Amino acid sequence: MVITARNPVHSVLFLILAFFNAAGLFVLLGAEFIAMILVIVYVGAVAVLFLFVVMMLDINFADLRKGAKQFVPVGLLIGGVLLAELCIMYSGWIFSPDTAIHVAISGVPVEGFQSTSGITNTEMLGSVLYTHYFFIFQVSGLILLVSMIGAIVLTLRVRPDVRKQKVTAQFDRTVEESMEIKKVVSGSGV
Amino acid sequence: MGMIEVGLIHYLMLAGLLFTIGIFGIFLNRKNVIIILMSIELMLLSVNINFVAFSVYLGDLSGQVFAMFILTVAAAEAAIGLAILVVFFRNRGTIAVEDISMLKG
Repeated sequence: MVITARNPVHSVLFLILAFFNAAGLFVLLGAEFIAMILVIVYVGAVAVLFLFVVMMLDINFADLRKGAKQFVPVGLLIGGVLLAELCIMYSGWIFSPDTAIHVAISGVPVEGFQSTSGITNTEMLGSVLYTHYFFIFQVSGLILLVSMIGAIVLTLRVRPDVRKQKVTAQFDRTVEESMEIKKVVSGSGV
Repeated sequence: MGMIEVGLIHYLMLAGLLFTIGIFGIFLNRKNVIIILMSIELMLLSVNINFVAFSVYLGDLSGQVFAMFILTVAAAEAAIGLAILVVFFRNRGTIAVEDISMLKG
């Protein structure tokens, strides 16, 4: 639905639906923190950004879809090949002995974390993230900073024809250049 | 209808299907950059599902940490891509992919 909807606004909304579904699946898996981050980051920021851009640019989307039909066979071919490969891979899947003991016999995930120790998923994630992965964590912060500055620099538009308040010029004014005392002769006016 | 136990393989199959939909979306909407970006987001989401499913079923938190980094990079990529898109639309008045040929090598 994300890729076949005629109206791009609808496809953004379907994308949001897909993100919500994935977040629900993550909650079912026991990865609550990732689920909440998914909702906040994707639905709250990225999807709204998409929606904003789709609505802000008035584009004739019908023109953009005009030649789309001729690529359907190619897309179907590539998608089918990929899907077939994935199916073959999954059918031939063999777990390593250690994992097979956990997964195949019990059929449930290894829940040594939440239920036994009483530590929440978020606490565990934090304790790993801020110790083992601290450098990568900071690098990801740097990536976000760069992307923020890049987006601002790209879309900032300096328009010389717009009158703005010049604060420094206002402060730089002195009494001498802005005020003048004139002796008014009586009867003649200024 | 019997209950089907949801295992790791089902999550992996879901991720594979989602990835295929993303690939197919790129081919289906070759002209529309916005939908191509959305397809890329779908593919990243499927990779995230893979990471988290493996992380939970193997009992290793590194997968979830990695999923968070993927999320970060995806957000950055979406912001930059849409910013480029807005600037391009402002300059050219269109976002069709085949019109983007000014930068000939």
